[in-house]
Amino acid sequence: MSIASKPAGVEFRNVSRRYGNTAAVDDVSFAIESGTLVTLLGPSGCGKTTTLRMIAGLEMASSGTILIGGKDVTRLPATDRNVTMVFQSYALFPHMTVADNVAYGLVVSGMRKRDAAAKAAEGLELVGLGGYGQRLPSELSGGQQQRVAVARALVLEPEVLLFDEPLSNLDAKLRRKMRDDIRELQQKLGLTSVYVTHDQEEALAVSDRIIVMNRSVIAQTGTPDELYRRPKNRFVADFIGGANLIDGELVGCSGGMATVALGRLTLSVPDPGLPTGEVLLAVRPNAIRLRAGESGGAGGGDGIPVTVRKATYLGSHMEYGLTSEFGDLFVVDPNVANPVPAGASALATFTGDGIAAVAR
Amino acid sequence: MRPRSAVWLALGWVGFALLPWFAGSGTQPAIAPPSPGPAGSALIDGLTSGRWWLLPVALPLLLALAATILPQLRSRQPTILLAGGAFGLAWVAAQGFAIGLNGWAWPWLGALFGPLPLGQGGFGAGAALTSLSFLFLMTNGFAGLGFMKGDRFTAGAIGLVLAAIAAFVFLPVAYVLSGAGDTGTGGFSAAALWTRLAAPDIWRLSCLTEAKSCGVVWNSVFLAVMTGIATTLLGLAFALVAVRTGFRAKKLLRVLTVLPIITPPFVISLAVILLFGRNGTVTLALAEWFGIPASRWIYGLPGVLLTQTLAFTPISFLVMIGVVQGIGPSLEEAAQTLRASRWVTFRTVTWPLMRPGVANAFLISFIESLADFGNPLILGGNFEVLSTKIYFAVVGAQNDPGRAAALGIILLCLCLGAFWVQRQWLGKKSYATVGGKGDNGIPLQLPRGIRIAAYATALPWAAFTFVLYGLILFGGFTENWGRNNSLTLRHYLAAFDLSWGPGGLIWSGRAWGSLFTTIEVAALSAPLTAAVGLLTAYLLVRQRFKGQGAFEFLTMLSFAIPGTVIGISYILAFNQPPIELTGTITILILCFVFRNMPVSIRAGVAAMSQIDRSLDECSLTLGAGSVQTIRRVILPLLRPAIVASLVYSFVRAITSISAVIFLVSPKYELATAYIVGRVEQGDFGLAIAYSSALIVLMSVVIALIQLLVGERRIGRRTATPVTLQEKPV
Repeated sequence: MSIASKPAGVEFRNVSRRYGNTAAVDDVSFAIESGTLVTLLGPSGCGKTTTLRMIAGLEMASSGTILIGGKDVTRLPATDRNVTMVFQSYALFPHMTVADNVAYGLVVSGMRKRDAAAKAAEGLELVGLGGYGQRLPSELSGGQQQRVAVARALVLEPEVLLFDEPLSNLDAKLRRKMRDDIRELQQKLGLTSVYVTHDQEEALAVSDRIIVMNRSVIAQTGTPDELYRRPKNRFVADFIGGANLIDGELVGCSGGMATVALGRLTLSVPDPGLPTGEVLLAVRPNAIRLRAGESGGAGGGDGIPVTVRKATYLGSHMEYGLTSEFGDLFVVDPNVANPVPAGASALATFTGDGIAAVAR
Repeated sequence: MRPRSAVWLALGWVGFALLPWFAGSGTQPAIAPPSPGPAGSALIDGLTSGRWWLLPVALPLLLALAATILPQLRSRQPTILLAGGAFGLAWVAAQGFAIGLNGWAWPWLGALFGPLPLGQGGFGAGAALTSLSFLFLMTNGFAGLGFMKGDRFTAGAIGLVLAAIAAFVFLPVAYVLSGAGDTGTGGFSAAALWTRLAAPDIWRLSCLTEAKSCGVVWNSVFLAVMTGIATTLLGLAFALVAVRTGFRAKKLLRVLTVLPIITPPFVISLAVILLFGRNGTVTLALAEWFGIPASRWIYGLPGVLLTQTLAFTPISFLVMIGVVQGIGPSLEEAAQTLRASRWVTFRTVTWPLMRPGVANAFLISFIESLADFGNPLILGGNFEVLSTKIYFAVVGAQNDPGRAAALGIILLCLCLGAFWVQRQWLGKKSYATVGGKGDNGIPLQLPRGIRIAAYATALPWAAFTFVLYGLILFGGFTENWGRNNSLTLRHYLAAFDLSWGPGGLIWSGRAWGSLFTTIEVAALSAPLTAAVGLLTAYLLVRQRFKGQGAFEFLTMLSFAIPGTVIGISYILAFNQPPIELTGTITILILCFVFRNMPVSIRAGVAAMSQIDRSLDECSLTLGAGSVQTIRRVILPLLRPAIVASLVYSFVRAITSISAVIFLVSPKYELATAYIVGRVEQGDFGLAIAYSSALIVLMSVVIALIQLLVGERRIGRRTATPVTLQEKPV
């Protein structure tokens, strides 16, 4: 006996969840392919957890259709769906041993005690906790409890495995390791996983695709690379990777690239598919370079004059706060050997990559 | 979902076609007891005896059967079950209320449909089972339509709790309301209601102007206010001593809080009589040393006030101790670092934080005092309060249920009013300062003046209380207290004698009968109370459904209904068909279940709120249903609350008096009612002996359970013991 996986796709068709007059999730549609890890990303209150709980069957959709593996499960309660979940608080039963916790789902679905125990042991082995079966959850560290929760969800061989902010109770170092472990396990077993987080870095690190949500609707869906490099709107540009938002003007496009006028400068950005006219430029902090000493003068040509308001030394890079004619800019510069001191004037230039145009 | 609906459907048929529809032996001889077995069932009876109105009950059963069997109706099954169940319930209730022992229950029905040749008795096993089946068919239909997340168990549980509360709390209260407007001929008139409610002996204020007694409402309210003030101050003093001073014997103060739980409420009165009655120790001493003649001053307001203060101070202490402990010490430390002196800190931080709690303690004592029955009954003398007046209106020579009902309405309104104020006003004002974060501060010592005042109030009062309990335990061994103080076992022998006869052991003592009944009733009602209470708590904490706020209010409302009102309402409601229970053991058990349920709910709610909701959600996603989740996850974690509920309901069933004194019958006599009867006969020795035996019994039971269950702790989780502070009287 071994732990297999029976991954299945998930599809939402115009799903809404309303509480009284407010919609927590408003007419959301998406499809998750079998065997992929998809992240629901967004600020708190955006509806991502509600969406996850609707996949689990812990919340019922007010309208719309939910399909898992092509089957309509909209009205099916959690008990009858082949979906398991790793909870933010882990939700380990405090009165049961680790082994009993992992075997719980197997026992209640009618598996023989001995088989359940064997499979639970296997699940614990899989998450690197073999031999911990007889302990109580309270005797484990946070990271170990997390692994038990994952094992408990895995042994049922779910069609979909859900993670509700699984790493938020761990410290930063452990978080990085756990997220790699989860990703590795997911790819090894070929699981369909849906992962909720508000941490964009975590989302970029683990996902095949990301669904960014804001105010109950989907802001954008795409691979991590698409979302970072070609955000479709202001919210996504700002939420993922953080961007300096500068007013510019789209003057024309050809061959997949567009030309944007920014003051005297013209920049080339990926074609946003927008009509010519006013746009918003999202400039990543690492897409700006500082050149010290070259203040103002017309000789600048390819840059804009700025004043350094704040300079912070962070070892691997410098962080600058700049004042310019386009407003305050935030810059991350890898050049730590020759930093520009606060108060100095400088010229800011734009590198080719890391700039995108979005609708204003 | 099919199997479960099918089971209930089958049971519905069993109740309809196989079990006797009517109760076996009512107290009313007018109807012949039903034939045993299928012959007495609604089906046979309806077909053969001319009770045609029973036959429509089959209609929803047939409909549900069709929906379960016929495939083309499958998709509409939930709707059919819902409609059928609702119709079935409505029909059973309607025909039950409309047709009484001798035909139509109300004259206008007879005028409308013509006279009926025969009536019917109260519901029996068949009717009960069929109604239950209808209820669950209905809730299954609800769940099938997607309500309650499609969870049949939750839907069924809500239906069950609501139906039970409707039948055994609100129906009786409705009877009280209609009883108060009874015209004497079976009708209802607002004028009769008004005459009774506005009777001068209830409302007159003549005590202010002349030397007559005031209306009974003013007596009750005055007494309740005085008791409230006295107990709140004493409770506060005790709490300050226990929490904020270096007092050594804090454990002893804790014992004080257990006393009211294990003591029948009127025992304090007996002890006070031993001290201050005409032959009381103090009275005799005063007469001997100072020549003060013995008088009956204790019988009346002073005595009742004294005993109620003694009886309810521990409750107020429990409330206040929570309040005082709830004040985060770091707040006071912060005040001190801001250069406030001890006294200023107390005045500007500690006291304002305690104020809502103090008001709460006052209101609780106020309600307790209004609802108290045993103490005014024994010590009241000519000082009448509402609860005793209700009793005498039913039991005494007057035998005027309408009057009792009117008094009951007034008492009910007073209690509900105080309850409403407590919940609405104080609920929003409390500063619960205990958060999840650790508070490392050290409680501040009290300012000197307050410390001395607290000691000076609390310690003598505690000593007085312990003396009284000592007297009770000792008093049973004296021949005739005050007159002949020689020691004797006579009273204990009279109560608990055993002898050997030809048939073996004979329980020849006079108390055995009532003691066994009491224990039987308590043992039967305790698990039921815990089950209903915890089920309700589960619904309140763990489920979200429409109308939950109203549901919570309904369940808690029954808490504010005074025992006397419950008693009078039960005899008014369950003395006649369709639900005829007087004189049975069932009515006693039901009474206890619904009297003690709110405490069980509170214990369950408190314990369940501490269990993270994600635990049951997790269990659900792992494939366990609601029932399995409850059995495997929630119940094991709730053990402390279950034990608390069981112990509490068991003990309360043994010690309560106010409601059951109306419901006991010669066949089913309860210990407290028996003791009160002895006191009224002047047989103090036996009453005291029996009371002390009960107290000892209760202490042993509680100690045993503590010992057996112990305090099981799960890992780092600390199981907070549930405080038994609610005490319906």
